[in-house]
Amino acid sequence: MKLSVSLQKRFSDFDCSFDFTTHANRVGIFGGSGSGKSTLVHMLAGLVQPDSGVIELDGKVLFDSKATISVPTERRRIGVVFQQAHLFPHMSALSNLLYGYRRTPATQRQIKPEALIKVLNLEDLLERNVNTLSGGERQRVALGRAVLSSPRLLLMDEPLSSLDEGLKFQIIPYLLAVFKDFQVPVLLVSHSTNEIRLMTEEVIVVHKGRVSEQIDPETLARQRMGRRRAGYINLFNLQEAKPQDGLLAFDWEGNRLLLSSGLGPEPGMFELSSKDIMLFKKHPEATSARNLIPCRVGGIFDMEGRSGVELHCNKGQLIAQVAQKAIEDLDIVPGREIFAAIKSSAFRRLY
Amino acid sequence: MFEFSPNDYQAMALSAKVAITATVISLPFGYAAAYVLVFSRLRGKAVLDGVVNLPLVVPPVVVGYLLLLFLGEQGWAGALLRQFDVRIVFTWWAAVIASLVVGFPLLVRSIRIGMEGIDERLLHASRTLGAPWYDTLTTIILPLSGRSIMAGATLMFARSLGEFGATIIIAGNIPGLTQTIPLAIYDYTNTPGGDSMALSLCFVSVAISFAVLLVNESLVKRFSRQRRP
Repeated sequence: MKLSVSLQKRFSDFDCSFDFTTHANRVGIFGGSGSGKSTLVHMLAGLVQPDSGVIELDGKVLFDSKATISVPTERRRIGVVFQQAHLFPHMSALSNLLYGYRRTPATQRQIKPEALIKVLNLEDLLERNVNTLSGGERQRVALGRAVLSSPRLLLMDEPLSSLDEGLKFQIIPYLLAVFKDFQVPVLLVSHSTNEIRLMTEEVIVVHKGRVSEQIDPETLARQRMGRRRAGYINLFNLQEAKPQDGLLAFDWEGNRLLLSSGLGPEPGMFELSSKDIMLFKKHPEATSARNLIPCRVGGIFDMEGRSGVELHCNKGQLIAQVAQKAIEDLDIVPGREIFAAIKSSAFRRLY
Repeated sequence: MFEFSPNDYQAMALSAKVAITATVISLPFGYAAAYVLVFSRLRGKAVLDGVVNLPLVVPPVVVGYLLLLFLGEQGWAGALLRQFDVRIVFTWWAAVIASLVVGFPLLVRSIRIGMEGIDERLLHASRTLGAPWYDTLTTIILPLSGRSIMAGATLMFARSLGEFGATIIIAGNIPGLTQTIPLAIYDYTNTPGGDSMALSLCFVSVAISFAVLLVNESLVKRFSRQRRP
């Protein structure tokens, strides 16, 4: 996907001016509330008319104020998944799903409803009245509905923000499966660094109606670690576990991780705060932490008064967070061998 | 208990005919007017709103008189229709037009309230899914405003049944031709010994109105069960 945007819009109490070009297939738009993220989405979809500027998607001009081009929303072929599902209340889940599909010319249809229904696990919902669906089910139907219109770009405006914390991450595997299986270019708006990291490959940071940075999601997460109470979040994509000593043993990039048995042995995504990693200069004889991983210091970075230590553990990588003084006391320098201790209960399952 | 003359029966039939015709004719226009008032970005919407609602506040007699000037032999529209050998004034069509003008604001108001209750974001969703405005209108707005359309039609029908002031001026009070129930009652009250006949027709009028309300209530209920908004 190639998306070039240069848009200006002035409201009575807010004005925004977005300029960026991206070639990534999965792009994140990151920013706090009131940063103009939603305005950007609405302008891209044609639901809000910009004052001036240009939108070009894969060589096709969707909006150009100088040439007075403004392709109407219904002909832009840009799918939108909103914060709330906005399902049509007078239709069944199936009719909702097929609403866009039926309005897409047969030659432009790229996705078969049966395949998508299977990926999104919607078989049992099809005949249901949409008003009886749960929040997560509604959002899955809304996602399917947008994808089935075979959009050239799928805009997702904080699609998970209306869901409960637990439910939020259950939807992510579905989203990832859809992106992967159907090759839909995506622009995901979010204020969660975790969502951005799990789902995008490039992120455009917006602040007060302007693009402030265009970086990769990992850099974003490191930048933000100083501002979050939980620090940096390490993510682990783990396969099936085996029980061991009343805990669960997962393989992770050539290491063995022991996690609390309450997390369940199924494969999934787990998180660990950078604050929950303790560093030891030498191998401690005994420790209550069940994970003691030998690693090598890859680098140290400073982020708003805190020190992040990048650790290489076999093929895996961890970020630990320590006080400035600890760096000196432990003599942490790039290349040094060191031990990371992690309690088995410090991990949390995302999905 | 009730005894009705052939004229009375004709008045009842005519009342029903006028009210049904006026309601059916005005439905598409009322729907379009409500759509424009709610969804369009037309300039001068306030003026349109005013014109639509004017008959609600102007005395029906005034409406009737203005219509008479407009549609009468000397009137602008009357003269035009005359060329095609069509005469409206003092026919049952005049009663229909009187009901139409007087009942129209009620219909538009009701549909409008229903349309304003539709979440605008549903319309955004349908547009992003490739539906042009007329498609959104028929597949989203129409079904979701169904209740208000029925409520508006009922209101308009009931108003048409009771229409008197404008009708008597433009359609006259010709038994068997333009005499509806209210006009017949008016005649009886002006006739010595007509009290009991007037009262009988009053009962009929109340009964019809009540039946309309009941039918409407059940329709709205059934509709909302099928399509929960």
